[in-house]
Amino acid sequence: MTTIVTDNCKGCRFTDCVTVCPVACFHYDDDMLYIDPDTCIDCSACIPECPVQAIFEGDDIPEDKEHWIEINAQKSASLPVCEEKIEPLPGADDRKSELGF
Amino acid sequence: MASLGNPDNPLLVAIVGSGPSGFYAAEALFKSDIIAKTDLYERLPSPFGLVRSGVAPDHQKLKQAIKLYEKIAENENFQLIANVNIGTDISIEQLKEAYHAVIITCGAETDRKLNLSGENLDGCYTATEFVGWYNGHPDYRDREFDLSGETAVIVGQGNVAADVARILSKTIDELKYTDIAQHALDVLAESRIKTIKVIGRRGPAQAKFTPKELREFGELDNCLPFINKQDLVLNPESKTELANKSNIGNKKIYDLFCDFARNQSVDDKSRRCEFHFLLSPIALVGNTRLETIKFEKNELFGDAFNQSARGTGEILEIETGILFSSIGYRGVPMQGVPFNHDWGTIENNAGRVTNNGQLVTQLYTAGWIKRGPSGIIGTNRACSVETVNNLLEDLNKFESIKSRTGYNQINKILQSKNIRPIYFSDWIKIDAAEKKAGESKGKPREKLTRKEHMLSHLDSK
Ligand SMILES: Cc1cc2nc3c(=O)[nH]c(=O)nc-3n(C[C@H](O)[C@H](O)[C@H](O)COP(=O)(O)OP(=O)(O)OC[C@H]3O[C@@H](n4cnc5c(N)ncnc54)[C@H](O)[C@@H]3O)c2cc1C
Ligand SMILES: NC(=O)c1ccc[n+]([C@@H]2O[C@H](COP(=O)([O-])OP(=O)(O)OC[C@H]3O[C@@H](n4cnc5c(N)ncnc54)[C@H](OP(=O)(O)O)[C@@H]3O)[C@@H](O)[C@H]2O)c1
Ligand code: SF4
Ligand code: SF4
Repeated sequence: MTTIVTDNCKGCRFTDCVTVCPVACFHYDDDMLYIDPDTCIDCSACIPECPVQAIFEGDDIPEDKEHWIEINAQKSASLPVCEEKIEPLPGADDRKSELGF
Repeated sequence: MASLGNPDNPLLVAIVGSGPSGFYAAEALFKSDIIAKTDLYERLPSPFGLVRSGVAPDHQKLKQAIKLYEKIAENENFQLIANVNIGTDISIEQLKEAYHAVIITCGAETDRKLNLSGENLDGCYTATEFVGWYNGHPDYRDREFDLSGETAVIVGQGNVAADVARILSKTIDELKYTDIAQHALDVLAESRIKTIKVIGRRGPAQAKFTPKELREFGELDNCLPFINKQDLVLNPESKTELANKSNIGNKKIYDLFCDFARNQSVDDKSRRCEFHFLLSPIALVGNTRLETIKFEKNELFGDAFNQSARGTGEILEIETGILFSSIGYRGVPMQGVPFNHDWGTIENNAGRVTNNGQLVTQLYTAGWIKRGPSGIIGTNRACSVETVNNLLEDLNKFESIKSRTGYNQINKILQSKNIRPIYFSDWIKIDAAEKKAGESKGKPREKLTRKEHMLSHLDSK
């Protein structure tokens, strides 16, 4: 099992997910968030929090998003941990409506 | 005098209850700009609350949240003081005299009752006691469960009901390498249960399982999930609910139910876990032992997302000698702390304890006893952060409180009462003993389930 952040997070970076992560395993860059698979305990707490449904768990990962497993593992290894809610990226709300949420 | 929260004059905080919300409250204090010496009290000899005694033994990965709590415990301003019951051994008043602030994170330790006559019949159990028993909680260690009947009924369709159903559905081989208590494994090995009926009062679109937990029923070695196709017919309001894009969780649950209903032909497994809907228990019938449960059939009424169940008058009887009610947990009042009896929570405003709406100084709360018994481990992190932020906003109010001596004062009382506090360094020894005891069986640990046994690993060596 792995839980991953995918492209819907890009350009919006609402960080509702971070506040409920029991083990602080989200990492971030200027675009989006990534989950560190070695720390994540697959508790699914973050999934319903994400307003743009960017997070998927193991069996639910759509085939066309499977490459995000590797991206999450790689990116999270070198990026800083995001432990608290940070400001959404500018235009986040527009992006949210663009995605149909 | 330096202002409160500096190394010379630290804020002294007592936290009551060492589950997730207690640890996350400590973490939030340590991440703040001030110095807060934090003593975490726990009534059991072991820390970690429901992560140890609630989370199912076959969900070991989730228990890794404990690694983070162990890190928090390494903070130089942290101290665990377990084996001390607040309310009986030490009063809330005594804590308020010893500390600037007290955060109550004692969880929801009992359960909601069905309130039916017959609830005391043999064979009527609650999920709370069953979960506590298989997880080796000292309070439930000596409960007895008679699993000799062929049918077990579980009332409720939340994740706790899923845990109970899954433990009853699994083979011993599927359980024996987990940290399930040995006494439970022995009884489950003798279980003659063939059919497990998980019964909800509302419909398949309102079940409170989460997808990952429900999906596991399709992956069991010797148990097939079973659903009648006609039970999956939805009323228009439920269709509206599932069509809503933000209700993706319930949609996934419903789709899984449909998968289960479709795969009914491959019935080569000796156990069956059935899901039934729109039924409320109305009578538990039997002489001394439960024999039959009477259900009333329900229909849904109300708008989409606000649908409730109401009885139709039609009665259905299920013969069974085993009932687990799993309709939610409930908080227990603590002596000296205002309690909302309707909700089973401590009366509070965003974590500040109130009494009839008036703020009570020095007292705060977080976790299940603040919000009610819902939400998973991580939900408590956001909850404790909210409480601690409010506590820190109140810092100036504590300045006027005369100086506090913290644990020194409490320790004297404990000594006079002959209570042996268990510190984190003690817990590490108990933890090591449990892990060692599990090794030869291939289990992550064999839990010590009696207080005396835990204590025996401390002072003898
Ligand atoms: C059966 C079950 C299974 C669960 N499984 C999962 C899961 O798989 N994944 C998930 O994310 N969440 C799960 N949860 C939810 C999760 O366990 C809770 O959200 C969480 O434990 C609540 O944290 P808490 O700190 O408020 O309470 P608790 O964890 O209950 O901690 C309260 C602590 O306070 C102590 N205490 C009580 N009274 C006193 C007193 N008077 N003095 C001193 N100490 C006291 C208790 O002994 C306990 O250690 C499960 C819950 C249950 C009931
Ligand atoms: N693996 C996990 O992640 C995990 C495991 C265990 C627990 N938890 C979490 O812990 C929390 C508590 O779980 P829970 O299962 O105890 O509670 P829950 O999710 O609130 O489920 C309670 C169930 O009982 C039903 N119910 C309530 N009153 C009833 C009554 N009088 N008669 C018949 N049915 C009744 C509810 O139906 P209605 O919907 O009609 O009210 C619901 O189906 C939840 O947040 C849960 O997700 C998580
Ligand atoms: S909540 Fe969703 S969109 Fe926001 S940061 Fe988390 S994953 Fe990205
Ligand atoms: S699944 Fe749980 S542990 Fe993993 S990132 Fe989400 S909240 Fe954190």
